[in-house]
Amino acid sequence: MAPATSSSVTLNINGEKHTLSVDHRTTLLDALRERLDLTGSKKGCDQGQCGACTVLLDGRRAVSCLQLAVAAEGREITTIEGLSEDGRLHPVQQAFLDLDGYQCGYCTPGQICSAVAVIEEHAAGWPSAVTDDVRPEAQPAPLSAEEIRERMSGNLCRCGAYVAIVEAVAQAAATVAEQAGTEEATAA
Amino acid sequence: MSTTTGAHGKVIGLPYVRVEGRDKVTGAARYAGEVPFPGLAHGWLVLSTIARGRVRSLDTAPVLDMPGVLAVLHHGNALPVDISWVDPQLGPPDATLGVFQHDRVPYAGWPVALVVAETSEQAREAAEALKVDYDQESHDVDLSYDHPGVYPLVGPLRPATEEKGDLAAELAASDVVVEAEYTTGQGHHNPMEPHAVTARWEGERLEVLDSNQGSPFVAGALAQVFSLEPTAVRVRTEHVGGAFGSKSQARTHHVAAAMAARILDRPVRVVLTRRQMFSLTGYRSATIQRIRLGANPEGKLRAVEHRSLCQTSTTYEYVEASTMMTRMMYDADAHHTANLAVRLDVPTPGFMRAPGEAPGSFALECAMDELAEKCGIDPIELRLRNEPERGPISGREYSARNVVACFREGARRFGWAERDPRPGVRREGRWLLGTGTAAATYPMHVMPSSASVTANADATFTVRIAASDLGTGARTALTLAAADALEVAPERVRVEIGDTAFGFAMVAAASAGTRSWVFAIRKAVAQLREQLSQGAAVPPEGVTVMANTFAEAGALHHDDKERHTYGAQFAEVAVDPATGEVRVRRMLGMFAAGQIINPLTARSQLIGGMTWGISMALHEEAALDEATGSLVGADFAGYHISAHADVPAVEADWVDDPDPGDPVGVKGIGEIGNVGAAAAIANAVWHATGVRHRHLPIRPDRVLLAAPSA
Repeated sequence: MAPATSSSVTLNINGEKHTLSVDHRTTLLDALRERLDLTGSKKGCDQGQCGACTVLLDGRRAVSCLQLAVAAEGREITTIEGLSEDGRLHPVQQAFLDLDGYQCGYCTPGQICSAVAVIEEHAAGWPSAVTDDVRPEAQPAPLSAEEIRERMSGNLCRCGAYVAIVEAVAQAAATVAEQAGTEEATAA
Repeated sequence: MSTTTGAHGKVIGLPYVRVEGRDKVTGAARYAGEVPFPGLAHGWLVLSTIARGRVRSLDTAPVLDMPGVLAVLHHGNALPVDISWVDPQLGPPDATLGVFQHDRVPYAGWPVALVVAETSEQAREAAEALKVDYDQESHDVDLSYDHPGVYPLVGPLRPATEEKGDLAAELAASDVVVEAEYTTGQGHHNPMEPHAVTARWEGERLEVLDSNQGSPFVAGALAQVFSLEPTAVRVRTEHVGGAFGSKSQARTHHVAAAMAARILDRPVRVVLTRRQMFSLTGYRSATIQRIRLGANPEGKLRAVEHRSLCQTSTTYEYVEASTMMTRMMYDADAHHTANLAVRLDVPTPGFMRAPGEAPGSFALECAMDELAEKCGIDPIELRLRNEPERGPISGREYSARNVVACFREGARRFGWAERDPRPGVRREGRWLLGTGTAAATYPMHVMPSSASVTANADATFTVRIAASDLGTGARTALTLAAADALEVAPERVRVEIGDTAFGFAMVAAASAGTRSWVFAIRKAVAQLREQLSQGAAVPPEGVTVMANTFAEAGALHHDDKERHTYGAQFAEVAVDPATGEVRVRRMLGMFAAGQIINPLTARSQLIGGMTWGISMALHEEAALDEATGSLVGADFAGYHISAHADVPAVEADWVDDPDPGDPVGVKGIGEIGNVGAAAAIANAVWHATGVRHRHLPIRPDRVLLAAPSA
């Protein structure tokens, strides 16, 4: 008997379960775009070099073109379509819109998904290659423009919108921190 | 509704968020390869692996047996197409449009087959499994200034050579002479969205959903190729994920998709891979440029010579006209320029952001910096002393030439006055620091376009024009320009673009898109307002006026003025002499570019151009393997474009640029940010290190190996 070349998988995307039969060769990116009509994740290079297909897997950044759909079962997948709630934009989306952090828009979903995770990674105290003090007991470095540039460098933008993207990520980080502060105060 | 347009506030010149912005940040904006079609089949191109020869055989039988495979198109079974036509403006088409018409292979990456299958996975695997045998011939891919095949080549609006005065005599009489060779690397557009097209036939009508810079141009070529009436081809493009010149015309994938759709009688989509884009969508040729400048001791130019060589393919003549900036920027008694080309066994190059001016400004503006050094004059002062009264070659008056204002305001903001002119004397830890400047300019064309404006019964307006928004903000700028002309709030205007059903319009290229489209929209609005002023109520179907600028654009095109935009670029760099690393620390670009419609998006576009300058100066260079005649590392790993970490604080702003003699007032800003940016960086590297770098990109190895200048 010939080996099976497709399987049924259940993918948990943006809080919703989708069960579908996929070719084993199908990447998560192609499953999203061509099978589930979630075309917000973009295919810029199909080999993990540009970041346009960035999604969040269990909250962490991943290039969905290098992830097989069958291997994504059981993970919590968040795409650009899952960031806004009830038509209310995520602070990162709002900042990109307000500060013109994009031009053609094709790298934008990947940039935004990356930025959402960058802000969380930084808030969680993760260092980057340009963080001076990486000792575990060190205070987190401020999310400077240099830190943002380093952490966002996996997401290419050919239009050259980097300057505005960095401004947008900084503004969004401040908004996210403010919201977290408000939530904490409310909880207290 | 009120048929008059009524009270409104100022809209031109105020920042306005892109009208499609929300769709772009939520992922709702659909690009060409993302629109579902019932019954869609997927095509995957197979490209040649040799640079010259013939296809001996294609082993299609095993591939046709693979699951889902519907067809393998190649030169043995392709539909005949016509590429014998000649466009009155653009000349004959690139023979690459003659898809699968013969067995000859003129370059590596030439299309030899299209595999069509039910799914993209099946098409891809089958395409990679297709065995193609070749009769290989020796190839010539070596661009060299002494190549016996070098010849002067005319480009669109670009004579090959222009000469005045006795060059030898003026050079001999000059007190100061700069003579140098500058080279630039082969560049590739690499828009983030790969080229994608879906073709579908309805009887003798061809419907195309595309990602392009000008649907009318793609449609026109496809009508010719398939011998159809021009009205039988409809091409639409909505969101375009970047283009930069690479999506300005019909290409292989359009013809291949249409041919397969015809044969299979179902919709076929062809999406290029990143690697395929390197040989099928044009690129910027490497250039070898030789410059001689002669001046008196005060820096006043007596002699200017600029000769630039590029490569073209054996299937089409394209010239990277790098001496055009020299022809209108500085005057001299002897002034000789030549755009040269040589035919090699390489893919056809083409227009890429600031074609001609991007590499040309690098050579010219570095040579001017060298002249300033030799004369002991500040580089800005040297340029002020060489401001011409009229076009150096044309003798025409300038419609507006505000480059001096750009230098003065830029110098003030950048802190140029405090600059110590001596090179190689500023140190900060391991870094050597320097600053540099360069001039920028780009010609202003206006091309015929048509537009329609509809007054709707609900007091809104709809503008329809076959424009493209490549990320430039054109859709938003046209909304604002129409609102301004209608004297209504922008929220009452909807602009629809990208559809050949809207008539002919200029391609989004050569910084002439928005300028040409605004011209047509204003005319249509004026006629609509005239009609509405008669006072009749707007009927349910609305009132529509269509207008074109065919006559006006033609007249302006042939008038007697030099029409250009200008700019002054400033850069600060840090160079690590131990590793050869060059880091740009900050850049400032001041521009004179007419009326700025939307400062929010204009700033983005200008900074984008400057970011291209960083990329060109330090990173971009396709690597050619001479043995195989093909590129090595044709992807984002092998061909680095500036990433976040490469791009520091870059500022762009503009000076007032009144141009009363210009009937549009709106100029283009797509290219100007890119012009001169690499030169400013290279000049800053000299200022930091004392070493002239005349070969782009300024790679770490070049910095390490460069001998200190005497």
